[in-house]
Amino acid sequence: MATLRGTGMAAVNYPTGMNLGGDPSQALIHATTSGSFNVVLAAADLGQGLRTVMAQIAAETLGVPYDQIVIDTADTDTGPHDMGTFASRATHRVGNAVKLAAIEARDAVLQLASEELEVSVEDLVLDGEGGVFVAGSPTKRLGIADLASRAQFQYGRTIAGRGAWMKPKSAVDPETGAMDPDSTQAYACTVAEVEVDTETGIVTVLSIRSAYEVGRMINPALVGGQITGGAWMGMSHALYETTEPYYPARDHSPKDFAEYLMPGPHESPVIESVVLEVPSANGPYGVKGVGEMTANSPIPAIVNAIFDATGVRVDHLPVRPEDILRGLDDLAAARAAEGAA
Amino acid sequence: MTTESGAGLHTVGRSVERYDGVGFVTGRTQYAADLTFPRMLHLKVVRSPSHHARIRGVDLSEAQEVPGFVRALTHADVPHNVYTILGLIGVEPEEEFVLPVDRVRYKGEPIVAILAETEAAAYEAVAKVRLDLEELPAVFDMDEALAPGAPVVTHWGNNTFMYEGHECRRVRYGDVEAGFAAADAIVEGEYRTSPIEHAPLETTGCIAVPEANGRFTVHTNSQAIYFSLDNTSIILQLAANRLRFIGGTVGGGFGGKVDVIVEPLATLGAMLTGRPVRYVYSRSEEMQVSSTRSAEIIRIKDGVMADGTIVARKVTGMADCGAYSRQTPYAITKFAANATGPYRIPNAWVDAYCVYTNRTPTSAMRGFGVTMGHFAVEVQMDKIARLCGLDPWTVRFRNAHRNGDIKPHRKATADATLIETMQAAAELVGVELAPELRAMTSAPRDAVASAPRDAVAPAPRDAQEGDR
Repeated sequence: MATLRGTGMAAVNYPTGMNLGGDPSQALIHATTSGSFNVVLAAADLGQGLRTVMAQIAAETLGVPYDQIVIDTADTDTGPHDMGTFASRATHRVGNAVKLAAIEARDAVLQLASEELEVSVEDLVLDGEGGVFVAGSPTKRLGIADLASRAQFQYGRTIAGRGAWMKPKSAVDPETGAMDPDSTQAYACTVAEVEVDTETGIVTVLSIRSAYEVGRMINPALVGGQITGGAWMGMSHALYETTEPYYPARDHSPKDFAEYLMPGPHESPVIESVVLEVPSANGPYGVKGVGEMTANSPIPAIVNAIFDATGVRVDHLPVRPEDILRGLDDLAAARAAEGAA
Repeated sequence: MTTESGAGLHTVGRSVERYDGVGFVTGRTQYAADLTFPRMLHLKVVRSPSHHARIRGVDLSEAQEVPGFVRALTHADVPHNVYTILGLIGVEPEEEFVLPVDRVRYKGEPIVAILAETEAAAYEAVAKVRLDLEELPAVFDMDEALAPGAPVVTHWGNNTFMYEGHECRRVRYGDVEAGFAAADAIVEGEYRTSPIEHAPLETTGCIAVPEANGRFTVHTNSQAIYFSLDNTSIILQLAANRLRFIGGTVGGGFGGKVDVIVEPLATLGAMLTGRPVRYVYSRSEEMQVSSTRSAEIIRIKDGVMADGTIVARKVTGMADCGAYSRQTPYAITKFAANATGPYRIPNAWVDAYCVYTNRTPTSAMRGFGVTMGHFAVEVQMDKIARLCGLDPWTVRFRNAHRNGDIKPHRKATADATLIETMQAAAELVGVELAPELRAMTSAPRDAVASAPRDAVAPAPRDAQEGDR
């Protein structure tokens, strides 16, 4: 019996969004009586933090504090169309729609400010903290919340904005496969370190270390959450999960979490990452997206690390202890045959 | 290439407190299934015990005697009983039965829905429905499903989704056979993956509530509420403006909540009884009959030069969509676009099949069409490195695509940072890269040296470049 250590790596790209049938999202923004802003959407937050990043994009674009934004999603009686939260599309698509809506609402604020301050819109600057001032004269300043409130009670105007962003449909050429299937690409490179027990075949993942390039991070903590969760899911896909353990046979399907194997907290490895930000050409503030991709590179990195440790090449998922043991037996038999010959 | 600092931004780029974080950590976030309504009924379905069978009869007489039984829903109650989720964006043909008429195609397929006063009564009535089924030969293996004489799962006569007359989604770029002939070595691999469950903490579910004005409000944990509403409108032949879907808070999606399975039946129940109807999957339903990630078989043949450069890559991929294709036809197209990896492949060939079997339908899951292709390609890259006596970094740097490189699906590479990302990973783990690898960038290659023989014009970029 021995424990063997090995290291493996993998590098991947990941497409943002999709092309089939067009890929639209819309957003509406309006100011309330108190001068805060409601962002109305029909996009689902899956727990990844969609509400948070949409509030950040709206706040950034409107030049107001984050806590001045209310996110209202998702009700089809009030929320404008949204394709759905999938395909790593939400931060890019919905974010673009929110940004465009916020620009329209901001322009209405700036128009009012220019009238009150008697300067042209081009001479106005947002301070990013809820104020607008005349370039070169910081004391000639108005609060955006006050302006938005006065718009309602004094001027009888709307401070509102509409935003729509769509990836147009790209038909696929059935002969060559020529297509434009995505909006941008994010990248990842993972190095995994494993320890393999040659008596039991059990693989322990010691560490998953990755570099990511995901365009602009709207919220680094949420990006980190995706990376950690994805590393765990990738490890789970590589070594544990299947609803049909003897696929294609349909026997022994699990019915609950007691029967469906996934790693627990005590099996979680060291997870470290660095994130590069190279803004995309078409995402809001240069977003690419980090939604789905984080589960991908850990899988082959772990499988390659198992080979590095043991010499056993497993080309199917999940890699089970019995696969390792059979592979070790085969290697020993091959060595014995070589020795005899 | 430098990482942009984000100077001048105030809120973007900051780890502000989560908008909804306190609700999650204090258990106060409200999910669809937390709601309850007066006079609410519970819906459970009778599921096929067979993988493939002819339905000869359904006997409800004993079930109807269960105290609390209200009514059953059968295929005859469903206004538009055969549909395709992606029909909204033009995918054909319609294929999935909301409730099958005369044939079940997978174990667990719903046959009849029961509405009852309590969940316990619904389960009891479900258990008392008598099915008369005639077993039919079933097929579970993708290669067998494609072989002549296999049991036919679909209603159109073969077991593949058809892509504009082809049995597979194709990518053809350069001359892959010429690439193999010129290569120093051929590396072949076959990779297989299993079905995987999304395993959300919150199971799929909804509550449909009839309103006084003749409309129906559906509280759902769908990942795509307009998609769910529009499909429900088609299935029930009910004007979309009589439906209101409320959601937006999902307790784990991972692609598992983009099928439209629970909302049409619950809303139909609400229409026919005038009462709120709750249809929420049990954990075993989530595990056994909700869509999973597709099992895949990926066969790769690479032509490789002695220095590790890939000169030709041929990929044959198959995804097992089960009895109904749901979102898998699109996953296959996404697979085809990404199957050759983040590398510059001068000669490429991809055939990607969506294969029907008598198994629980599979559908979208995180990394849709791409995750398992990455597994196959990246293990293949490891094999190429070892064959050529290279470390795993060098083989990837030598093949890495750069901006301007034409991908096999004929879109010019843009926003590429594979090289920089690998350099950052090497630094993170303390791997000393050779000077020529450290010096590489994703900047476009010399235009003359890099133009592929048959390069066509790059595909158009997004219509809306940049921002105002």
